[in-house]
Amino acid sequence: MWRFIGLRTLQAIPVILTVITVTFFLVRAAPGGPFDDEKAVSPQVQAALEAQYRLDLPMHEQYLTYLADLFRGDMGPSFNYPGRSVNELIFQGLPITAELGFYALLVAVGVGVLAGVIAALKPNTVQDYVPMGLAMVGICMPSFLLGPMLVLIFGIWLDWLPVSGWGNTPGDKILPSITLGAMYAAYIARLSRSGMLEVLSQDYLRTARAKGLPERVVVIKHALRAGLLPVVSYLGPAFAGLLSGSFVVETIFQIPGLGRFYVQAAFNRDYTMILGTTTFLATLIVVFNLLSDFVAAWLNPRLRYQFNKGK
Amino acid sequence: MNLTTLCTKLNHRIRTSLLLLTAVILAGCGGEQQSGSGLTRVEQGSLNGVIHFGNGVEPEGLDPHIVTGVAENKIVSALFEGLVTKHPETLEVEPGMAESWEISDDGTLYTFHLREDALWSNGDPVTAVDFHWSWRRLLTPALGAQYNYNLFPVVNAEAYANGEIDDFSQVGVEAIDDYTLRVQLNNPTPYFLQLLDHYSTFAVHRPTIEQFGTISDRLSPWARPGNIVTNGPFELAEWQINSHVLVEKSDSYWDADSVRLNAIMYYPTENLVTEDRMFRDGQLHYTNEIVLDRIPVYRAERPEVVRIEPWLGSYFYMFNTTKPPFDDVRVRKAFAMVIDRQLITESVMQGIVQPSYALVPPDTLGYYPPSTFDYDPEAARALLAEAGYPNGEGFPGADLLYNTHESHRRLAVAIQQMLQRELGVSISLLNQEWKVYLENQDNFNYDMSRRGWIGDYVDPNTFLDMYVTDGGNNKTGFSDPRYDEIILQEAPNTLDRDKRYALYQEAERILIDAMPILPIYTYSTKHLVDPSVQGLPPNIMDHINWKYVWLDPNA
Repeated sequence: MWRFIGLRTLQAIPVILTVITVTFFLVRAAPGGPFDDEKAVSPQVQAALEAQYRLDLPMHEQYLTYLADLFRGDMGPSFNYPGRSVNELIFQGLPITAELGFYALLVAVGVGVLAGVIAALKPNTVQDYVPMGLAMVGICMPSFLLGPMLVLIFGIWLDWLPVSGWGNTPGDKILPSITLGAMYAAYIARLSRSGMLEVLSQDYLRTARAKGLPERVVVIKHALRAGLLPVVSYLGPAFAGLLSGSFVVETIFQIPGLGRFYVQAAFNRDYTMILGTTTFLATLIVVFNLLSDFVAAWLNPRLRYQFNKGK
Repeated sequence: MNLTTLCTKLNHRIRTSLLLLTAVILAGCGGEQQSGSGLTRVEQGSLNGVIHFGNGVEPEGLDPHIVTGVAENKIVSALFEGLVTKHPETLEVEPGMAESWEISDDGTLYTFHLREDALWSNGDPVTAVDFHWSWRRLLTPALGAQYNYNLFPVVNAEAYANGEIDDFSQVGVEAIDDYTLRVQLNNPTPYFLQLLDHYSTFAVHRPTIEQFGTISDRLSPWARPGNIVTNGPFELAEWQINSHVLVEKSDSYWDADSVRLNAIMYYPTENLVTEDRMFRDGQLHYTNEIVLDRIPVYRAERPEVVRIEPWLGSYFYMFNTTKPPFDDVRVRKAFAMVIDRQLITESVMQGIVQPSYALVPPDTLGYYPPSTFDYDPEAARALLAEAGYPNGEGFPGADLLYNTHESHRRLAVAIQQMLQRELGVSISLLNQEWKVYLENQDNFNYDMSRRGWIGDYVDPNTFLDMYVTDGGNNKTGFSDPRYDEIILQEAPNTLDRDKRYALYQEAERILIDAMPILPIYTYSTKHLVDPSVQGLPPNIMDHINWKYVWLDPNA
């Protein structure tokens, strides 16, 4: 097992290094630069600006200096926010995005599992079609549509919840969490339905029913555990996806999270910020995938065996 | 909720516990709904003297010598004060850090007398030496200050900024004593005082900057909450990126008794639709924009909150005059004469902007542009035929470049159709992401391109000096010796305003006759303003003098 973990971790390093290298050269290849603006910048000012950010060095030197700094944990100064470092900006946005992602995941799991289980208990009846139909709508409905709709209904017409903000007014975290969680809820609903359906037809559940256990115990104690395994293994990638995919929701609700930095940086050609956020999120996704690999291997000894035999 | 009906067949206990779980999750997301006084944020703010201000985008920084944007200006102008300020309505210059000044008869020597009761927020006095050092900082080449040219009217400032001289004592600014600043200009630049209310010419606190870095350090954290020292009516209290900037009334400000707001909360509101919802929900006193499609709704339902005013900005298309087909002035003129600006401003732009037939917006501190052409499809067709494309036959086609934005697209579509209908020429629309669009303009890699220009100060010069030969902002290839002569030599040396404006009219006539640009409309500012906001009169610069703003909770 330790050997498996060690080797998989080593394999992750070149992946991350590739992401950094490709991003570094891609952003430089993009037309326009961080200092281009509607008002022209004089050549002298342009040269001074480039010198401040070491853009006057040859490209390979810039690349090596960046890697060296990154190795020491320094992602450099932001181009767009003079006086602030990329590290600082990322760690300012991360807790907020993580909190939003966590609540969205709670919504996704809570609603998704509930709907999936309900549907699986009576397959191919109205009780199945309605939640699954809603789930399909949830998967298809983009958050830039769902968000404003929820705001219109609950924020403006009913006036129950604030229309924007994060942690300023009570209740302002509810709508963004639901908006972000909805798509994942829908996906989890389908996952848990199919998981449960498979499990519910198993012999051991028939045995359980046969020995007279109430249906509630059968479902909750025996079926859920096995039936939700696909959901559990989906949680890692889902959380990484929530962290990196929250841009739209952050914009709709004015949430000062990481996603907005990520997209703004690309528009501004904020080289260090693009690199920093990309590297950071790529690392996060790699780590979450590694973790779910480890969990899968731990749950399923056959995977470990194949790995050891195959090498 | 219809979930409940779905659950009827499920065991009652499971249902209850699952619903309970959902309720707990939702409650965990942020507690109960709005509680407390029942007042909206705006109502609360009006009572406490706190204005909630939609500021467009997140400020990039607060260092007056480094920032360049409008959102930054709205904050920096609350935190700092220059030698002069502007009257909120007339935009005429008023005393600021300087309580008085004298101008020599030839208009080139300015002597400023600073007020002795002006203090930095840490208690230090604001002196002429501060301004001297701050101007040196702005002009230090290594700082790379984009707006350093605002001081170029000063003797030798440009040479110092471009690294041609190293000795700052040769630059025409001198602190005679702690409270007297003398400035020698190259020419009697009549708008020089206006420039002194631009944040780039503000004084910064030398000990603070040197504590956190050097004079040329762009990346130092001196302008952050806790570090920054300022001299304006407000002090920086909080700055949480992408969330808000909070400034609070300063007690050390010399005119603190006149300041009526207790605090300003700035919100980055780059998403217009979200900003609109925030206003409707009572979270903002003031919006940075109004969604175009919602203007008729507001006009019908709440006309008192709609503020649409002329702005010192021009929206136009420019031609690449260095290559066919727009190297032929007849083609450029034909294009300009078939655009029905009346129709465009009324329908596409909801009647909120004014049609324009020249570069400088009308009534720029008393200046009116010459009128040289009009909507005339007949004459346009004749011109195009003369150029070799009768009824558009043989016209090679052209791309109309604009940066990706819905309003630019709408306008471009309308203009594309007008050209097709009246001239029989077909142009294709080409939208590009902002930085790509800028780079293609700079490299003359375009045929026709959208362009907008907002004046930096209230004088025709801020528009007209764009089109001097090889000017950095020219981007069209336009060049005319007489035009250059007026803009660079004659007008700056003409003290009399009427004579100077006559020169500018001559220049603008030359420009429009050559038609390197196709004027379309004069910008408007669009804000939703809560009725409680007072002391915010409209002006052509969309300038806010925060000292005069106050809130009336009973309005």
